[in-house]
Amino acid sequence: MNVSQKFEQFNDSNFGIYVHWPFCESKCPYCDFNSFANYGSIDQADILAGYIQEILHLRSLTGPKSVSSIFIGGGTPSLMLPPVLDSLLRAIQQSWHVESWAEITLEANPSNVELGRFKAYRSVGINRLSLGVQALRDFDLQALGRLHTARQALVCIDITAKIFPNFSLDLIYARPNQTLDDWRCELSQVLSLGGQHLSLYQLIIQEGTLFANKRLAGELHILEPELANDMYALTQQMTTNAGLKGYEISNHAVPGLESQHNLLYWRCGEYAGIGPGAHGRIISNGYRIAILNEYLPEKWLAKINESGNALIEFAKLSKEEQADELIIMGLRTVEGLNLERLARIASLIPMQKKVTELVEQDFLEYAQDFKVLRVKEQGRFIVNKLILELASSLEPV
Amino acid sequence: MTERSYIRNFSIIAHIDHGKSTLADRLIQFCGNVKDREMRQQLLDSMELDIERGITIKAQTVRLNYKHRDGRTYQINLMDTPGHVDFAYEVSRSLAACEGSLLVVDASQGVEAQTLANVYQALDYNHEIIPVLNKIDLPAADEARVKTQIEDVIGIDASASIPVSAKTGVNIQYVLEAIVERLPAPHGNKEKPLKAVLIDSWYDSYLGVVVLVRVFDGVLKKGQKIKLMQTGSAHSVESVGIFRPKKEIVKELGPGEVGFFTAAIKEVADTRVGDTVTDDKNPTETPLEGFKPVQPVVFCGLFPVDANDFEDLRSAMAKLRLNDASFSFEMETSVALGFGFRCGFLGLLHLEIITERLDREFNLDLIATAPSVVYHIYVNNGQMREMHNPADMPDPTLIGHIEEPWIEAAIFVPDEYLGGVLKLCQDRRGRQKELTYTGTRAMIVYELPLNEVVFDFYDRLKSISRGYASFDYQLIGYEQNDLVKMSVLVNAEPVDALSMIVHRSRSELRGRMLCEKLKELIPQHLFKIPIQAAIGGRIIARETISALRKDVLAKCYGGDVSRKRKLLEKQKAGKKKMRQFGKVEIPHEAFIQALKMQD
Ligand SMILES: Nc1nc2c(ncn2[C@@H]2O[C@H](COP(=O)(O)OP(=O)(O)O)[C@@H](O)[C@H]2O)c(=O)[nH]1
Ligand code: SF4
Repeated sequence: MNVSQKFEQFNDSNFGIYVHWPFCESKCPYCDFNSFANYGSIDQADILAGYIQEILHLRSLTGPKSVSSIFIGGGTPSLMLPPVLDSLLRAIQQSWHVESWAEITLEANPSNVELGRFKAYRSVGINRLSLGVQALRDFDLQALGRLHTARQALVCIDITAKIFPNFSLDLIYARPNQTLDDWRCELSQVLSLGGQHLSLYQLIIQEGTLFANKRLAGELHILEPELANDMYALTQQMTTNAGLKGYEISNHAVPGLESQHNLLYWRCGEYAGIGPGAHGRIISNGYRIAILNEYLPEKWLAKINESGNALIEFAKLSKEEQADELIIMGLRTVEGLNLERLARIASLIPMQKKVTELVEQDFLEYAQDFKVLRVKEQGRFIVNKLILELASSLEPV
Repeated sequence: MTERSYIRNFSIIAHIDHGKSTLADRLIQFCGNVKDREMRQQLLDSMELDIERGITIKAQTVRLNYKHRDGRTYQINLMDTPGHVDFAYEVSRSLAACEGSLLVVDASQGVEAQTLANVYQALDYNHEIIPVLNKIDLPAADEARVKTQIEDVIGIDASASIPVSAKTGVNIQYVLEAIVERLPAPHGNKEKPLKAVLIDSWYDSYLGVVVLVRVFDGVLKKGQKIKLMQTGSAHSVESVGIFRPKKEIVKELGPGEVGFFTAAIKEVADTRVGDTVTDDKNPTETPLEGFKPVQPVVFCGLFPVDANDFEDLRSAMAKLRLNDASFSFEMETSVALGFGFRCGFLGLLHLEIITERLDREFNLDLIATAPSVVYHIYVNNGQMREMHNPADMPDPTLIGHIEEPWIEAAIFVPDEYLGGVLKLCQDRRGRQKELTYTGTRAMIVYELPLNEVVFDFYDRLKSISRGYASFDYQLIGYEQNDLVKMSVLVNAEPVDALSMIVHRSRSELRGRMLCEKLKELIPQHLFKIPIQAAIGGRIIARETISALRKDVLAKCYGGDVSRKRKLLEKQKAGKKKMRQFGKVEIPHEAFIQALKMQD
């Protein structure tokens, strides 16, 4: 099945579930996710109880649904004990119908791999693993604050490949001092490992991280944007040659093995968010609603115990906000932005004049009989600008 | 009504921060008029901006009763005058309404340029001047030096100056004594027909327009039908009163007295500062001299950032004008900026005050275009036209010659910054008239074209002298110069709001700076943008903004689309604040920022 077939197959009734596990063994210096280290004393049973409460609450909001994907991310969810994971998945199954073909992904870090544990994950229902490899160079792994070595990562990939039918590797490139040749070398090694899916992100310094402070103090130098761009171009070329098509700005897969859950996000589908700091987009009473949970694990739990949920945001999305999200997500994917769908959902459409201008400049192209707008090769480098251009030229259909 | 010989009218001349308000507070307090706490708010105008900037925009008066050591009680009227050159005419009317002035100089600082201009004006009105050396409580106070300075620079006798501390109250009684003993009593005859000068007026939501006057001859009382001689309108006086500083109704005002009246006048614009108020049936034969209709000196375009605010802007301006007849506006359209107004101001400070009030009190986001002076354009047939807006410049082939307004500027500056200031004046086409020293400070007098001053001269002067230079100016007339219109083309299209009139000799430099500035201010687009400055069809400067070719892209963001959307919303809001010009978006602050020069 190729990407466009998948697109045809996609319909707005797909429903995914994201579960956030907010704990890690240590906090990586570049990380601005909602993750916390030094939670030695957490009781996994408490967290599980919180999850289960939330599932019941969300079920009351969404009504009955068929689940097409589950993604357990973090944080480091591979710290979860298999029985806890088992109960979690069961709770989900009891509330909604989980399709037999549903994609069920768990994120894992190579530093806490055990064969037995991975087998147990597989047996409770996980059918896809996303491994946070990040680098295959010890020096860089250390600089990134990772607790594993390149060797451990390779062993881990080996084990994973044996147990899971489908897995993905995460890597970070455009690291300080990395050269184009370094990355070429490292990426070809990654490609030789036989993974079917790669998420390749550029290192970005986010506010509030340790790296951001270091950068302010002049102790950390990020790569020249030109070099980062060259690396990006190289990445596209090498992954394509290896048969892993880019289907989103930073995601590559053997056609047919794209992450269903990611696609759900990028197509602005419906998904419930469970766990501290989890976001969701659900349809309730005909409205598309953005939900967000309390970030801090203790507060999250306390709120749930108090009122049965930990929502800190429950906001009806306006037409314009929905349009913005469709554009943000759509332009980053190879599928592109479906203009028909945009018009149907948001009753808004980018100004024809603007679109024509961007098409003439060779940044965008039409596909599927003018129904879809896609970013062309040279537009990818300025995709954020293109998003802004389209999103600020919206007019009623 | 107080007998003339027991009346004294005076104003206070001082540079900002030298202690005018503090001294006034002390004098009021000494005469026992108000409780301490009430004082400040009452004396000063209630306008927030006034207090913050330390300047008075509206003239204020307060009547004090002072019991002199001769046993008699005197009526002393203190007139607080606007303290800035923009309001020079208003100052002159206030000065014309009194017989003497206190010259307050901070004894730790010395004389400043502004003081100088006002003292000369006071001398023109034959004022008796009493020098007051303030802040003698400060260790840095140097009475002897400042006395010499007053004598050298201003040229008045300072031997009888009074050292005081307005802060601690030291010697305040001597100031009051001097006012009674050294200032002349006003002249006037109460049997003659009413003759009073209109010092100021403002709108009061309860009383309508309140008119501040000083009576020279005759009597002003309730019920009287009065006439404003310049406007020719007649009104029945509804109330007559004085400020103490609280409003207090009195029966009448006689010769020498200062006070207010109300007469169901609807708009401040119906009352003109400097006009003569007389009795409608029995008018004076000799109206007061020196009346001048107010003339805006500086013009600029004000456009709402959000086109939907246009009507709000119009009504806000109308409201401000209610109280400030010297501010004028008329509708203007600009290709670049859409609908807005061409506004006239008395000067730069006035412009700033108005735009700040529009922003602050009316919450309007505005784009201001470069201030322009009033040019005299002589067309080929010899006729003269005034031009307020570079966009209105006729075709050069139709123009005989152009004249521009010149000013005489007095600048005081400490030695060490003199070089920089001279260079600034020279660069701005100045002609040096005088250069004198007093101690370690220099006073320079320059003739300068107003169009070189109108924009950022004052900012530059302050920054060159680290805030130590003081500056004052007056218009001296029009002069023919080689002036040209410089237009700016962005992506090959002229942007009318950026065009300006410059001297030919300065055009290339200004053009180059403008293009460089715009290059910084206009964000990169998806295509490259040429920026050019041109005179007629000739390009005199150019820059190019390269096309955007890279952007951060492969960021990991998972399911958190909210964050991305919020960022996008911010960017969209920023984009809304840009002005679409052809295919190019120009941030609205660029219109004013681009013109700031780094000499
Ligand atoms: N030390 C001292 N400070 C004073 C004296 N008179 C005024 N000031 C201070 O100087 C500053 C400016 O005074 P103000 O009356 O507001 O000046 P204005 O701008 O001329 O009205 C204020 O901070 C006053 O407190 C004085 O006699 N001694
Ligand atoms: S393991 Fe992942 S979630 Fe945890 S701190 Fe590191 S990058 Fe962040």
